[in-house]
Amino acid sequence: MAAVTSLTTELAGTAAAKGPQSLRVGQRRRLNLFRYLMFTIFGLFFLVPLLAMVKFSLQGSRPGTWSLAAWKDIASYQGPPPLLPAIEITLELAVITSVVMLALVVPTMIWVRLRVRWFSRILELICLLPLSIPAIVLVVGFAPIYNRIERYNVSALMLFWAYVILVLPYVYRALAAGLNSMDATTLSEAARSLGARWPTVMLRIIAPNMWQAILNALLLTVPLVLGEFTIAYPLTYVTLPVELFSISRNSVNAGVLFSASTASLFFAFALLLLLSYVGRRLRRGRT
Amino acid sequence: MQGLSRRYGPVVALDGLDLTVQAGELVALLGPSGCGKTTTLRLLAGLEDADAGQITVGGNDITRLPANKRDMGMVFQAYSLFPHMTVRQNVAFGLRLRRVHSDQRDRRAIEMLDLVGLSTQADRYPHQISGGQQQRVALARALAIEPQVLLLDEPLSALDAKVRAQLRDQIRRIQLEVGITTLFVTHDQEEALAIADRVGVMQNGRLEQLAPPTEVYSRPATSFVAEFVGLTNRLEGTVSGSTVTVRGRDLPLVDLSTPPGPVIALVRPEAVTLASDSSGDAGPLVGTVIATTFLGATSRVTVDLGDTTILAQLTTSDAMEHPAGSRVALTIRPDPVLVAAQTSPEPSA
Repeated sequence: MAAVTSLTTELAGTAAAKGPQSLRVGQRRRLNLFRYLMFTIFGLFFLVPLLAMVKFSLQGSRPGTWSLAAWKDIASYQGPPPLLPAIEITLELAVITSVVMLALVVPTMIWVRLRVRWFSRILELICLLPLSIPAIVLVVGFAPIYNRIERYNVSALMLFWAYVILVLPYVYRALAAGLNSMDATTLSEAARSLGARWPTVMLRIIAPNMWQAILNALLLTVPLVLGEFTIAYPLTYVTLPVELFSISRNSVNAGVLFSASTASLFFAFALLLLLSYVGRRLRRGRT
Repeated sequence: MQGLSRRYGPVVALDGLDLTVQAGELVALLGPSGCGKTTTLRLLAGLEDADAGQITVGGNDITRLPANKRDMGMVFQAYSLFPHMTVRQNVAFGLRLRRVHSDQRDRRAIEMLDLVGLSTQADRYPHQISGGQQQRVALARALAIEPQVLLLDEPLSALDAKVRAQLRDQIRRIQLEVGITTLFVTHDQEEALAIADRVGVMQNGRLEQLAPPTEVYSRPATSFVAEFVGLTNRLEGTVSGSTVTVRGRDLPLVDLSTPPGPVIALVRPEAVTLASDSSGDAGPLVGTVIATTFLGATSRVTVDLGDTTILAQLTTSDAMEHPAGSRVALTIRPDPVLVAAQTSPEPSA
């Protein structure tokens, strides 16, 4: 990118020199061509499976016909296991995980940054640890704990504990970037000298300046929870990805598999768009 | 402040500092980096804890009081306005914490912004105003809570020279207008001398001298103060009685208890005057101009005396009479001079 920028700058600077300019215009064209080519290849790589999924979800019972039956089946699909409760549980899990994660990580990170700076390296290590442990290994560790709490007949919502740990590294990185982008120490000292207590400093001074980072953390958390399978399946909880997997093994209902997958994907897209829209609005509010 | 001490591991930042600031007075703490001036301010603000010593304000001991209960307004070196609040909200923040009614809060915020000449910018966000304006808003914000003491931690160091001078004068005007007791920390001697009622020069966590600016400049208490405040020529001399003989010229001593013997005399560049010398004679105070630094109304001339160089500060018109290469005879005005032991490093000025 830097090379592209410097090339463009050079181009602007040598507009008068015709010979070298035409040479550089040629280079620039080739570069643009390369960009579009790569963009198209990667675009197709992502789009083709998505379009295929949409097509399959709209396919009628006979080849060459179209039908919305698979989409209608999402609501009426009775399983086993039933589809709607799985969707509901997964969405609830996304919300609970996001809330618990923010309530846990945001104050901790601000506190460590402002008051116990020496602990920040240790905190970083703890938060990044789940990234270095394969999810299936985590499951082995979680299994005895979940076996025990299952006795109390808890719902799949209890998965949020595991999910909070799973999203920690991504959330930590997003929030750390937000904290690094401001002079948190000076802001907190200014607020303290004006009479603010520590909770006021955190909630009314530092957190509001981290909105973008918090939104970024949510942008990472929500899709991760919506698509999580490796932990939920071995622990025998029925979430949307687990449900989709079990439908996929029952070929009679293949249509609803595609429509439910597409729906969950669209939901995730809509959520991401909404979050980034809110983020943009917040940013624009200050400019 | 009495016997205030603060260590950072093996480093002694403050070493038993005693400092009393009178009500309504502006004291500037001046010194090189790491001399303990900012630590003093932070201890006073409650942003750090003292290892030993006591801080009292108006007779009340505040040594163990947390920062948010100290009632001190502070302006920081770094821009410290809250980015998510408008200028008005920033100024009103301290009042909001004190549960002042919103009408009164707004009125006071605008009053303070008027004082710093920024009431028209009230609804802008910090990133929409300049650095100088941000520091003025920070000053308004610190004053809005009517603190007992105003603390200024190098508030001008991030600004360009012209804005710095303007804001410096504005701070002094506002301080006199409000009559607030102020402690101003800076490493810029010109700033300290221009703004303060008294200047405290610090070194190694101790106060070397605390006196009005003219006294700090003309009668420095120690050789460190003499060398830190203003430029100084270091010339070899010999003390006998109440004078020191420097290159054949007798100068009165500041400290009459100086024992006789060889010393380094500290001579201000403005105490040195030049005259053209066409005699061609060699003398202890005859030399060649090697460089002239133009400073505006005055110029600084460097003269090579053979065994050492000496700086003279002259009006620019006088300096122009002695271009580089010309022979000059020096005169040292018999101002009282301070001396240092001869073991000090030699480089002049």
